[in-house]
Amino acid sequence: MDTIIEALPYLLEGLKTTLYVFIIALIIGFIIGLVMALFRLAPLKILNWIATFFIDAIRGTPFIVQLFFIYFGLNSLEWVSMDSITAGIVTVAINAGAYLAEIIRAGIMSIDKGQSEAARSLGLSGGQNMRYIVLPQAFRRMLPAFTNQSIISLKDTSLLSIIGIADLTQRGEVQMAATFEPFKIWFAVGIIYFIVIYILSILANYMERRFELR
Amino acid sequence: MSMIQVNNLKKSFGDLEVLKDINAEVKEQEVVCVIGPSGSGKSTFLRCLNRLEEITGGHVIINGHDITDKNVKINQVRQEVGMVFQQFNLFPHKTVLENITLSPIKVKSQSKTAAKEKALGLLEKVGLSEKANSYPGELSGGQKQRVAIARALAMDPKIMLFDEPTSALDPEMVGDVLEVMKQLAQEGMTMVVVTHEMGFAREVGDRVIFMDGGFIVEENVPHELFGNPQHERTKAFLSKVL
Repeated sequence: MDTIIEALPYLLEGLKTTLYVFIIALIIGFIIGLVMALFRLAPLKILNWIATFFIDAIRGTPFIVQLFFIYFGLNSLEWVSMDSITAGIVTVAINAGAYLAEIIRAGIMSIDKGQSEAARSLGLSGGQNMRYIVLPQAFRRMLPAFTNQSIISLKDTSLLSIIGIADLTQRGEVQMAATFEPFKIWFAVGIIYFIVIYILSILANYMERRFELR
Repeated sequence: MSMIQVNNLKKSFGDLEVLKDINAEVKEQEVVCVIGPSGSGKSTFLRCLNRLEEITGGHVIINGHDITDKNVKINQVRQEVGMVFQQFNLFPHKTVLENITLSPIKVKSQSKTAAKEKALGLLEKVGLSEKANSYPGELSGGQKQRVAIARALAMDPKIMLFDEPTSALDPEMVGDVLEVMKQLAQEGMTMVVVTHEMGFAREVGDRVIFMDGGFIVEENVPHELFGNPQHERTKAFLSKVL
């Protein structure tokens, strides 16, 4: 127990980095997902192709390969220079963006066509219809799937320890090396992840009830 | 003066030609009811009048604007054409009041106070003042449809289109909705009503159009069309529904 208590402040420092990367990446990922979902649904073929290519490319490759490509691959180019935190955020954001794009697209398509027809018949433009009528309803419906993806992305950040980001997992490794107590340290790291994700689920449940479709 | 002028309107869904050659005119303050068997194209015809359906051929001129012209500002024309749907299509995430004020505020840039005042007046007119802060899910079908009518009227349209407005209602709700529509007609609203309510068509309609197979088969004043139909198909249809 002493080992864990002594390691705790150091591990929680890592949790801060984990949450920092996670939150920023999720926000950017959501924006990417929204844009890609709208591209996929757009009448312009070229936009469909861009979005389909992006989604297929990300879904079709492992996260770790994406991370190495962005951090080592892109950084090897002359005109790119990214620190590990930036590369980590970019990778998680792009990865989450591809999955969120499909979640958002499904949410938009699940809204009855009559809603858009009513909005358009009242003179609302296509953009206004999306903003005021379709998206608010779609977002409520996608909350469970969105929570799921958030949790996956949070756990994906643990892979960023490989490129040297001092997140919770990386600090777990350091502590283990220092204490030679792998059982206790990894148990503690696991518990911390679990608690954070549990709080996230409770938050999501609360939001779902709060925004319940009337 | 003609509010709606339809010339050689054609509409196809893929290879299926739903409207074959429609010519029609609706004058200011006129109430035209469109009847016919299902699949006759009457709803499609109505939905072409505010271009909810892309028009395949011909011309539709609404209050002087040819909406088949690619350069027409369709969102502006739609402000003048209210529409009421069979399935109400109220916005479930917004209150009754927000349903009604959304478009005046966002499209016509009315102030929130002005839009709200107008909305409350319209709710009183359709007999639902006490429901202003309810959500659509808390209303009965008949109440929903009356809110939908108020929502369309909030834009001060010159024309109102009704697409089988009572078909999804329980029988005891139909009367309230028809009453509101009747009142609207008496106030001089130009209306096109696709309906199965023959009683309404007979009583309120200035003219009745009978459609079948993508054509207008026959049109006449109600007592002539119902009392003395000229075409076999009209007779056959009326014998089934009257």
